[in-house]
Amino acid sequence: MSAFLKVDGISKRFRGLIAVDRLSFEVPQGGIYAVIGPNGAGKTTLFNTIAGVYPPEGGEIEFLGERIDGLREDEICRRGVGRTFQIVRPFPALTVEENVTVGALLRHHHVADARRRAVAILERLDIADKRTQRASALTLPDRKRLEVARALATEPKLLLLDEVMAGLRPTETDRLVGILREINREAGLTILLIEHVMRAVMALAARILVLHHGAAIAEGAPEEVVRDPAVIHSYLGAEEV
Amino acid sequence: MIARLFEGLPPRALILLAVLFAAALAAPLIASDYLLTVLILIFYFAYLGQAWNIMMGFAGQLSLGHALYVGLGAYVTASLFVFFGVAPWIGLLAAVPIAGLAGAFIGFLAFRFRVGGVYFAILTIAVAEFARLGFDHLSWTNGSAGLFLPVKQYASNDLWTLRGHPVMFYYLLLAASIFALVVCRALLKSRIGYFWLAIREDEQAARAAGIDTFHYKMLAVVISAAMTSFAGVLYAFYYNNLFPEQVFHISRSIEIILAPIVGGVGTLFGPILGAFILTGLAETLTTALAAAGIDMPGAKQVFYGVCLLLVIVALPDGVWPWLKARLGLKETQP
Amino acid sequence: MPFSIYLNVAVGGVLTGLVYGLMALGLSVIFGVVRVVNFAHGEMMTVAMYIAITLFAAFQLDPLVMLVPIAAVLFVFGYALQKGLINAFITRPEHTQFLLLVAIATILVNVLLIVFGPDARSVQVSYAFDSFEIGPLIVDATKLYAALAAVAVTALLFAFFQYTALGTAIRACADNYTGALVVGLDVKHLYALTFGLGAACVGAAGVMLVLIADVTPAIGPAYTLLAFVIVITGGLGSMPGALLGGVLIGLTEAMAGLLFTPSAKSMFAFAILVLVLLFRPQGILGKRPA
Repeated sequence: MSAFLKVDGISKRFRGLIAVDRLSFEVPQGGIYAVIGPNGAGKTTLFNTIAGVYPPEGGEIEFLGERIDGLREDEICRRGVGRTFQIVRPFPALTVEENVTVGALLRHHHVADARRRAVAILERLDIADKRTQRASALTLPDRKRLEVARALATEPKLLLLDEVMAGLRPTETDRLVGILREINREAGLTILLIEHVMRAVMALAARILVLHHGAAIAEGAPEEVVRDPAVIHSYLGAEEV
Repeated sequence: MIARLFEGLPPRALILLAVLFAAALAAPLIASDYLLTVLILIFYFAYLGQAWNIMMGFAGQLSLGHALYVGLGAYVTASLFVFFGVAPWIGLLAAVPIAGLAGAFIGFLAFRFRVGGVYFAILTIAVAEFARLGFDHLSWTNGSAGLFLPVKQYASNDLWTLRGHPVMFYYLLLAASIFALVVCRALLKSRIGYFWLAIREDEQAARAAGIDTFHYKMLAVVISAAMTSFAGVLYAFYYNNLFPEQVFHISRSIEIILAPIVGGVGTLFGPILGAFILTGLAETLTTALAAAGIDMPGAKQVFYGVCLLLVIVALPDGVWPWLKARLGLKETQP
Repeated sequence: MPFSIYLNVAVGGVLTGLVYGLMALGLSVIFGVVRVVNFAHGEMMTVAMYIAITLFAAFQLDPLVMLVPIAAVLFVFGYALQKGLINAFITRPEHTQFLLLVAIATILVNVLLIVFGPDARSVQVSYAFDSFEIGPLIVDATKLYAALAAVAVTALLFAFFQYTALGTAIRACADNYTGALVVGLDVKHLYALTFGLGAACVGAAGVMLVLIADVTPAIGPAYTLLAFVIVITGGLGSMPGALLGGVLIGLTEAMAGLLFTPSAKSMFAFAILVLVLLFRPQGILGKRPA
């Protein structure tokens, strides 16, 4: 039986820098899986290779039993992988509703239909009251939720969230965590998230992958991973804790 | 379906539209011959501006070589008419696909090879220049000596062969401008429109949302090119002479972009408003100079340059958004 | 046709190409540092050419003698333009900057048209018809002097950027805008300086070109386009690339003019542009973006 998402021995270099180094892991369907690691560990690069921004050098990426490495970003999205960006990228001149409608139009070609679904998602993410506002006028937390909404509108089976909690206050973080948990439970959406905010990671993740210098140094249940000496070493240095 | 086009417009806008439409219909009845030629120019640039706007305002691709499509439309239909007696409306069936193909060629070159932004603009300029020089040497169409259409003294208007009084051209261009307006609005509200706007705003984010950006950018280029070529047909049959040096020249391309930029890129009424402002003022300037006995070739172009400069510096979104706010005509879509 | 004709035309093309290279160098410098695409480049050169012609007509001064003052005038013009107008547009979207320069170019061309009229002007120096015989080669004196001047100015420019503190500061700006700010460099001033330098280059090139070609206001846009083709072919941001591109285009133009018709020679330049954009968009010596 093929895995839901399988990353097998992929690497990625930028000129001389090895960002991802022969990385392999599997994400089972239906769970929430977190990728953590110090800055520069290669997390966003990993996401970018999965999402098709650039192909990995060597190795394979399989999604739902089919290879997706080397495909274009939009093709991968159509296969069912949605993503958000580390630095949010809404469509600034479009309204909140229009932003999400763009996502919904992927699966629903009829504009009125897509708009209805967009509004439903906006309500789910609790920003429906801002639907006629321009995306450029939103606050950061709202933009983050907009980005998630837009990705959700494409009806993905796997959602890649890149540091979606960064810059949020604890109450906002909890709110978003709640929404994500709900969607994961109800729609069975598999979530792969990059996070620095440990509060969110511990609340959401069933399994955690720790990256350092582009390679995996630990993988497992949250309680084990945070006690792993190699993990602590990578974050805090060689000091005795 | 017609009703859907007007959905979202406040009543004030609808009344204004009706008034303007009536005025436009009646204009030839009260206008002098000279004023009629000015109005023809205005709607010519209004139509062209709309067509160009699809590429730039909707899909975000800056083309500075639109004269290419005008020229192709003009030369294909004119040649077919002069050498084979083919009526322009039949000739259109050849001209539009040819222009569309030219657009597709440029689009393919650019988008397949990730040529964007300024590089894309330079590519469009280069291809138009290539055409200009090419047609200069094309003996089939008399090269730089020019292609001339036979003009007979006509007592009546022949719509089929486009031989007739300027009034005929006025109504044709008015109809074309309205048609373009309708098409643009319909496109904007459609799935294609949404995808274009997304691409314009942030192409990578659009891809991440599942949009095949290559496909939609190509669509914008081809539609824009095809629409533009129709203006070329009217150009050929109105002026009755074609010179590659004039038709394909970069000044023509720049004139095409002026109206939409001044009026407001990406808006529906921007190109039309821009055409009225620019051509209206330019002609006033020329008339004033002529009245004062000054013959300054180039004065009009300097004026255009200054207008472009002022708009970019002071009103970058164009005059129409500013005017719309003043008139209280805010609506949900541009 | 005897081989010597091909050779002479080729050599003439290379020499002219060196002047083109200098012109393109100005564009490359401006883009490499200020990141503005100077669409008014050829038009600025035309201004310099007309200044040279006017001074020649009035005072019989050889253009090469006036090289420095004219380049200086263009420098001031470029500096003022950048500081006064373009600097405000650094943060605006790319196509807005571009259109700003399109507007400036349009104004320049047509003001020249109004002032000087559309007829071709040229400069007839005393050595206009001289030539040197080197073996089988017959080299035009005007082309040779122009090319030598171009090489000299280019060498000076390289030396400036490589060995002076100011040149290094400018290169720092190009490399890393924020870093330069942090280190305390007055970036706006350096930008203006660079634009001035680019303008001076193109002014100098114009003065040299006046010896070789006729001038009408309309050649402005044509040379702007040529400069772009050269810079893109040679490699955007690469100074040696601009020279290489210039020589290549000069050569191609000359040979195309010989083998086909002279008026079609630009068509080959454009064909090269399309090919480069397709197959090697970073140009011959340019760097592949990471």
